[in-house]
Amino acid sequence: MAAVDDLQFEEFGDAATALVANTDATTISIEDPDETPKHQPGPPRGSGREEDDELLGNDDSDKTELLAGQKKSSPFWTFEYYQTFFDVDTYQVFDRIKGSLLPIPGKNFVRLYIRSNPDLYGPFWICATLVFAIAISGNLSNFLIHLGEKTYHYVPEFRKVSIAATIIYAYAWLVPLALWGFLVWRNSKVMNIVSYSFLEIVCVYGYSLFIYIPTAILWIIPQKAVRWILVMIALAISGSVLAMTFWPAVREDNRRIALATIVTIVLLHMLLSVGCLAYFFDAPEMDHLPPATATPNQTVAAAKSS
Amino acid sequence: MAEAAESPGDPGTTSPRPLFAGLSDISISQDIPIEGEITIPVRSRSRESDSSTLNESVRNTIMRDLKAVGKKFMHVLYPRKSNTLLRDWDLWGPLILCVTLALMLQRGSVDGEKDGGPQFAEVFVIVWFGAVTITLNSKLLGGNISFFQSLCVLGYCILPLTVAMLVCRLVLLADPGPVNFMVRLFVVIVMFVWSIVASTAFLADSQPPNRKALAVYPVFLFYFVISWMILTFTPQ
Repeated sequence: MAAVDDLQFEEFGDAATALVANTDATTISIEDPDETPKHQPGPPRGSGREEDDELLGNDDSDKTELLAGQKKSSPFWTFEYYQTFFDVDTYQVFDRIKGSLLPIPGKNFVRLYIRSNPDLYGPFWICATLVFAIAISGNLSNFLIHLGEKTYHYVPEFRKVSIAATIIYAYAWLVPLALWGFLVWRNSKVMNIVSYSFLEIVCVYGYSLFIYIPTAILWIIPQKAVRWILVMIALAISGSVLAMTFWPAVREDNRRIALATIVTIVLLHMLLSVGCLAYFFDAPEMDHLPPATATPNQTVAAAKSS
Repeated sequence: MAEAAESPGDPGTTSPRPLFAGLSDISISQDIPIEGEITIPVRSRSRESDSSTLNESVRNTIMRDLKAVGKKFMHVLYPRKSNTLLRDWDLWGPLILCVTLALMLQRGSVDGEKDGGPQFAEVFVIVWFGAVTITLNSKLLGGNISFFQSLCVLGYCILPLTVAMLVCRLVLLADPGPVNFMVRLFVVIVMFVWSIVASTAFLADSQPPNRKALAVYPVFLFYFVISWMILTFTPQ
């Protein structure tokens, strides 16, 4: 590889030297180096330095496309094609989950952890776990809230599992689809340096839902204040992961559209968590009210009848 | 005649020389039948046994299958590293277990409550689609176990949870209370751990070592959901 570098340095002069000196990756392309920064907005890889966005992204885009071609070479009707989406080891999945729990400002989740190897294992099983966590925690919390009442008969509420599954899986697949479509449409109008594939967006959304699993379990605590604090914390963490991931993708665009996109992403996320809290978990205070309102009515009725 | 046929490359020799004296030993004699099918003796013996399983009594057939299922139940109850479940897989055992579990878990149709426990079809679908999903997951991660072997193992390892369901139903006949619940909780937890240990003993070897945890976690989730359904079962 060093020999090729030397050859390229000697043949093409200053432009190539400046280009290759900025990155460690060696490119085998024989394209004109002056043209590459303009027409190859591939997915960026490597370190998180924002100023080297463009160069790193474009130099590695050749390698990325080569590797991507090598990886997904099987036709879509073979089993091997789908195996490429599950090509992750245990430590990689743990690293990605850790990355979704600890968003570091300036670090892009996709670039740092996914690195052109999006997997479907994480999104699918995190969503499955979340579905059952919400359904089971909701059931448990309702049971604990209504524990002392004589008229309450415990039911497992199994129907809510299918409702939860529909909501979570629809969110995890349809919102990335809409977002991807939107980004592709904006990309055709404004040249963006950073663009994500559909699977990478699904991956980010799937891993960002992980924080809701412990949140759902902690929602069993029947205190309204505790629940809302948990909502805020979870939203802050996963919302910031999503915002930091998608900000580079819309940064080049019209300021208002970029801001509107990020706000919509966070708003949808909040809608999901608040909606799940409202639907699956009974409010703890309302059930203490009926005995309180009953007694004044009884005293009024007693006063009227006497 | 036969000797002349046996020495075709012999130019111009009509009478057998001492050189070809051994040919008479291998010449075709008249009394071996050439027409009809030439069968290898082993093949004909197995064809005889095929027709004999057709002719055997129904009781024999059922008892043989039941014995195979029972042997696998024993392997699940005392899990050791053995290949029996994997080698001769069958889906009778999982079917029997799944139907028993679903029959016991379904809510009665007489109550008017809209929200209750699962229906028979819901339990059935959860068990079978859960097992298929776990199998697909383990194959996609690169495991070298076949589809039906994995279904077989996962189905058979529901046996401890079915036993837990029976015990829970018996315990529920007593008067309800916290003690009742504690007993059921303990039984379900023990059987849940037993199921996981049994299925991991069979399935863990089929995965590459750096992905074992990824393949085992869905099994954990699957048995956890079934245990939850058993624990929260309330008779109407």
